[in-house]
Amino acid sequence: MTELLKQLTQINAPSGQEEEMRQFIRAHIPPTAEIKEDALGNIIIHLSGHGKKMMFAAHMDEIGIMVTYVEDNGYLRFTNVGGVSTANALHSKVVFPGGIKGIITTGDSKKKDLKLADMYIDIGAKDKEEAEKLAPIGTTGVFCGAFDEIGGCVSSKALDDRAGCYVLLEALQQIGNHENDLYFVFTVQEEIGLKGAKTAAYGIEPDIGIAVDVTMCGDGIDGEKMAVKLGGGAAIKVRDSGMIAHPAVRSLLVETARENDIPFQFEVLSGGTTDASGIQITKSGTPAGAVSIPCRYIHSAVELVSMEDLHSIVQLVRAVAEKTI
Amino acid sequence: MTLQELTMLDGVSGDEEAVRAAIWKEIAPFCDSVHEDKAGNLIAFKKGKIPQKLMMCAHMDEVGFIVKGITEEGYLKFAAVGGIDGRILLGQRVRIGEKKVPGVIGIKAVHMTTPEERKTCVKIADMYMDIGAQSKEQAEQAVSLGDYAAFDSGYVAFGDHKIKAKALDDRVGCLALMQVLKEANCPYDLYAVFTVQEEVGVRGATVAAYQVQPDVGIVLEGTVCADTYEAPEHLHVTTLGKGPAFSLIERTSKSDKTLVDFLVQTAEKYNIPWQFKRTGAGGNEAGVLQQTGCGAQTAVISVPCRYIHSSVSVADERDIAAAARLAVKVAETIDEVKKA
Repeated sequence: MTELLKQLTQINAPSGQEEEMRQFIRAHIPPTAEIKEDALGNIIIHLSGHGKKMMFAAHMDEIGIMVTYVEDNGYLRFTNVGGVSTANALHSKVVFPGGIKGIITTGDSKKKDLKLADMYIDIGAKDKEEAEKLAPIGTTGVFCGAFDEIGGCVSSKALDDRAGCYVLLEALQQIGNHENDLYFVFTVQEEIGLKGAKTAAYGIEPDIGIAVDVTMCGDGIDGEKMAVKLGGGAAIKVRDSGMIAHPAVRSLLVETARENDIPFQFEVLSGGTTDASGIQITKSGTPAGAVSIPCRYIHSAVELVSMEDLHSIVQLVRAVAEKTI
Repeated sequence: MTLQELTMLDGVSGDEEAVRAAIWKEIAPFCDSVHEDKAGNLIAFKKGKIPQKLMMCAHMDEVGFIVKGITEEGYLKFAAVGGIDGRILLGQRVRIGEKKVPGVIGIKAVHMTTPEERKTCVKIADMYMDIGAQSKEQAEQAVSLGDYAAFDSGYVAFGDHKIKAKALDDRVGCLALMQVLKEANCPYDLYAVFTVQEEVGVRGATVAAYQVQPDVGIVLEGTVCADTYEAPEHLHVTTLGKGPAFSLIERTSKSDKTLVDFLVQTAEKYNIPWQFKRTGAGGNEAGVLQQTGCGAQTAVISVPCRYIHSSVSVADERDIAAAARLAVKVAETIDEVKKA
């Protein structure tokens, strides 16, 4: 089961350049499904039903970096694509199209208030000319982060949100009879402003919207207090910094989890949001909520999720999709 | 209409009438229709042969000030409209309200300041405009609360093809967009939109994009240029004289790669110099164009402007001409863009 997730995480698809993910999704959905791609590149899978329109969203894109300037000695200056912290960036390995690898470094790693602008990428080029051939200005890269099984968990780059894509793909395979008119949307550009979810929702006009995305855990030794635990089951969103989940959507998720004996927990996230907040205020508005995947070390190359949680979440998404609303 | 005439018009965000009227008069003969929407955007339309919509926009508004109080002594307290660095305001000339009342931004006499005060910059909230009034009553005869004020700054050509003016952001874009309407034969339905209130939150473009629902959106802008001796090259963002700049990623949008590739190819084809905008910061109208309706491919063509949002913005005449020429070519061949 982890093979599919492994393949998903190892695809490189920074925001705005999700082509490889699109191809992968197209190759891994049921042959009978109706597929659409919109102007921004969202993949929209439609499973026709006579009932209400239900939209699920998981984003295909991942955070990354973009080359902004090439120094005379061949180092690359860069900017962030999505939320890249200095701590996670420094001494990370990145990969550009064509497999060009680089190390993010800086002259003085102990500098106070170190910024991304103080850092540069070493791609082993001997001078500007060689570097410009390998990774010219505008080239986008992603963090390298191998897929490993650690205990009952898996660790990789881009589990945000390939874990969500995995959930939707698995649910699509398992789904049985359904009255709801179902839309499974693999969105683009979530990390840079929920762009894909907004335009997809505009086209679909769903009656209910549910994002499947990672959320933070509060189960470290220290750090911010938060109730979500790794291995605690599907995290049903109550609130994050971009949205208060619609009470009816929250109740639907809770009831469905209870009916099917699926372990769940509540999520109140103080920083960050998901595609659901974009869906919520598109057009004349949509009741929205989210099923979150507990994840440690979000936006690093070593994100960590529990396989047991993922299975619970697949079951919950499938059961909600099948439940007539 | 020349850039000099355009920059001499005052159009602080929310008060774009003078700019709108001048542009309207100039472009009307070249369009199938021109109308003003409820927000004040000027939407010019030219029918194309292919049923696809290209929206090109440039904002009419500029940063400036609004009068928010009059002291008993007749001085004006004011707020900034749009992003203004307070450090560049002391000693500036301004013109206020419909009557264009002249004023200066005053400062406490140096002998009254403490050594500590001389090390820091006065906050905008602590500054005032002096219109030469002797009392509140006298000031109220000349200006009212809520009056807009704009920089009073002339257009000067100097140095190596450089020009200095206020409001280059975004009259350079307006100039290019007017040229598109005059010269380009666009295969798509062309919506040339001169927008309002960009500087206070891309408000005009937000509602204009909703009305147009473009398939392709191209923003014509003035953008940051930090190419002076003070910054290392990798922080220059753009370079004056190296041609119009194409955005890759910004705080508010990611340019469509296919469309950016098309801009590059078009520039190369017509020997127009170009550069990338080399930062991930900043934002403009592309953000709302991209995510309106079912979404649009977007890109940004910007003229580099040093000291942007000041009374002494500096740009290169060759960049300005090149941006306009490129915008025309892009509009004429927009049907050659291939979707990735």
